[in-house]
Amino acid sequence: MYRKKSFWFTVFFVVIFFLFIQYAQTHFDAYIIRIMNVAAIYVILGVSLNLINGFTGQFSLGHAGFMAIGAYASALLYMSPELKVMNFFIKPLIWPLNQIQIPFFPALLIGGLLAACAGFLVGAPCMRVKGDYLAIVTYGFSEIIRVLFNNLQSITNGPLGLKGLPTYTNLWWSWGWAIFTIFFIKRLIDSSYGRALKAIRDNEEAAEAMGVNLFRHKTLAFVVGAFFAGIAGGLLGSLVMTIDPNAFNIMLTFQIVLIVLLGGLGSITGTVISGVLIAFLMEWLRIVETPMKIFGFTIPGISGMRMLIFSVILMIAVLFFRHGILGDREFSWESIFSIFKKRDSMEGE
Amino acid sequence: MSWTLFLQHLANGIALGFVFGLVAIGYTLVYGVVKLVNFAHGDIFMMACFFVYYGITLFSFPWWLSFVFAVFLTALLGISIEKVAYKPLRDAPRISSLCSAIGMSFLLENFATVVFGGRQKAFYQPQVLNKTLNIGEIRIQLVTIVTIVVSIAALLFLNYLVYKTKMGLAMRALSHDFDTARLMGINVDRTITFTFAVGSSLAAISAIFWALRYPQIWPFMGVFPGWRAFTAAIIGGVGSIKGAMTGGFLIGMISIMLVAFLPDLAGYRDAFIFMMLVFVLLFRPTGLFGEA
Amino acid sequence: MALLKLDKVTKHFGGLIAVNNVSLELEQGELSGLIGPNGAGKTTIFNLITGVYPTDSGSIFFMNQDITRKKPHETAALGIARTFQNIKLFGKLTVLDNVRVACHYRLKSSVFSAVFDLPKYAEEEKRMTDESLRLLEAVGLYKLRNEKASSLPYGHQRKLEIARALATRPKVLLLDEPAAGMNPEETLELMKFIKKIRDEFSLTILLIEHDMKVVMGICEKITVLDHGCVIARGSPSEIQKDPEVIKAYLGSGTYARS
Repeated sequence: MYRKKSFWFTVFFVVIFFLFIQYAQTHFDAYIIRIMNVAAIYVILGVSLNLINGFTGQFSLGHAGFMAIGAYASALLYMSPELKVMNFFIKPLIWPLNQIQIPFFPALLIGGLLAACAGFLVGAPCMRVKGDYLAIVTYGFSEIIRVLFNNLQSITNGPLGLKGLPTYTNLWWSWGWAIFTIFFIKRLIDSSYGRALKAIRDNEEAAEAMGVNLFRHKTLAFVVGAFFAGIAGGLLGSLVMTIDPNAFNIMLTFQIVLIVLLGGLGSITGTVISGVLIAFLMEWLRIVETPMKIFGFTIPGISGMRMLIFSVILMIAVLFFRHGILGDREFSWESIFSIFKKRDSMEGE
Repeated sequence: MSWTLFLQHLANGIALGFVFGLVAIGYTLVYGVVKLVNFAHGDIFMMACFFVYYGITLFSFPWWLSFVFAVFLTALLGISIEKVAYKPLRDAPRISSLCSAIGMSFLLENFATVVFGGRQKAFYQPQVLNKTLNIGEIRIQLVTIVTIVVSIAALLFLNYLVYKTKMGLAMRALSHDFDTARLMGINVDRTITFTFAVGSSLAAISAIFWALRYPQIWPFMGVFPGWRAFTAAIIGGVGSIKGAMTGGFLIGMISIMLVAFLPDLAGYRDAFIFMMLVFVLLFRPTGLFGEA
Repeated sequence: MALLKLDKVTKHFGGLIAVNNVSLELEQGELSGLIGPNGAGKTTIFNLITGVYPTDSGSIFFMNQDITRKKPHETAALGIARTFQNIKLFGKLTVLDNVRVACHYRLKSSVFSAVFDLPKYAEEEKRMTDESLRLLEAVGLYKLRNEKASSLPYGHQRKLEIARALATRPKVLLLDEPAAGMNPEETLELMKFIKKIRDEFSLTILLIEHDMKVVMGICEKITVLDHGCVIARGSPSEIQKDPEVIKAYLGSGTYARS
């Protein structure tokens, strides 16, 4: 009964949400739309990293690398050949990439799939390497992606990056993917596969003794997480219109880790809330970097102040709010229903 | 390829190896005692360079005093980082302290950007150290030789500390079995403070030599040396000083030799180092000198 | 023909010989015990059977199949289940989910069919849930099915571990000190319980136990280990009289109770 009821509630709210998106896309100003797009991308990144770090308990710092793969692969597929010629003026782009142009959606998908392949390669050493070491290996991986993309001039255009990318990303694309990510990962962790992942997190040795194939499930988490990170990378590239290898550095991964930590390791709801919060917060914090006048005094903007405040928040979160906004709790219609039910019965008395 | 050129590169490789080795020892000592990857170690390295810089420009210290001052301040910095960011989480799940270490690294980098500015600054080059010595055909910079000599001295002193003093014994006991050592009445806090002080001073020494060789300093300069040194520590076997030095040499040599002999592949240097790390972890997870 | 057979199995840890040339056979339906002083290598034998550690030499056969090099999840799928000396539950999962995890290896549906809840997956999920609930009923934890596993009292946690092991549909069940930390009353109940599940699920059980009342009370055959070697094997009454065993226990000074 409840399951049916909550299903329709969910459908109803998703419909309302997309009506809102439609309204926002046509009526809101470009600045707010941009932040909302970023928020959606943060949600995708946070939820997908939470699958690896929060639900499977594998500490990965590789998200920036997966994003870079998704961003570059999709951009190289949806850019027009003329645009490619303009970008690659030092060394021409290799064949057949210089001829191809495909629509945005399949380009995104291919980007995501390539990131997923990388996720498999990174997840495989998980079998031998654990905890801190895994963090180092995945961090190393994302640095290597950066090094490779800086050097593979004829594929990635090296440190020059790709400029003038067409802006396909709009609220429909970004929030469409965000909703799909939430749906997919929520369903995954609630399924039998998800139970196996959580079992690995809680006790790896016992999980294995109960027949859970560690290799298959750890790589599953990495592959799915990396896929969505790749998609988010593709969306981001088409949103900011310029990508270069050094944009996908460890700072980016740290930001995503912060989103997950603030939201709560193992809570999708928390991650969604903190993803949106951080997107808006980071924009508002831009104020501290622009000069301002208070009581007639001009305070010059300090560059980097935004990131400093951001890292202070990160430290406060780690030291004092270790469980994030929601810990590992989730929003569910059932809990809402039960609140109403309690109230009803109390009123009845 | 001439023989003399090779020897020059060899000398450079050894000097760089010492630099990486000393940073790697910092990682190894801390990991051995508190079982924590001190992600902020590379940034402690960076801060040391800025301490020297401001010692000279702000307080007009002579360069050698500034060096000593920086080593001292860096040790203090290391101790305070441990007190603020790691100590409160000592009994928390590993993932928390790992996040705290990452956050600390992030914080130091951004702090440096705001306070010192993001642009590169020139590191002071003492005239005395810039001389070039000619040994037969081989031309070696004095800095290279000083690096090697001072590093050996630091290593000997470290060896004395770890194997001949009570504090060293406490450190070894903690890294062998934390809980038992605690029960045996070892002063855990003091030992950990000491470990961070030693690790950070070693980082400061190597940072100074690094900056004398590559005289540009900026807030993110610690990221790559830090990452390579940590790789060195893992390759050598975390917890082993001998291993950290060996790993440091290996990576120092690869860094120098790759640039010297295969300049086309120099851009991939870190990719090579990373591959090496993965292979070591896959086939000998405890590193070359690690204990099972 | 023995169901499970260890043939001259040896395992070193560094310089220490944990298991030395041990041969052991379990017959179908047997309830046997593995005893010995602390550090005799009992748990190591469990870890070797289930594939947590590779053996240094010797081989292990299960239903005439060589399983010496199999991984833990493979031996579990073949029908060897275990519990742990220091309970290892999935603390943050519910009681029901703990048991359902152990059914997971039989799942045939793909990840996609699980995520999109396709009919085939829905049916398998229902079957897993039903089977898990039946097992929880059998061990008396049905009412607590939605509690977090870590919130259960100690005795219930032990039972949940057994229910979880049963969910892998084992032929052989390895119990590592099931009575540890229980009071005499609980222990008595546990003994009945072990016998009951042996008959109900037609299991072959090998248990490690320090509590001699349990071992002597329910085991049909006992193997005694000391310093990694088998020093005696036989029925409870034979073991009690065995001079080697008495010497091992009294001589080592660690165990005088029996």
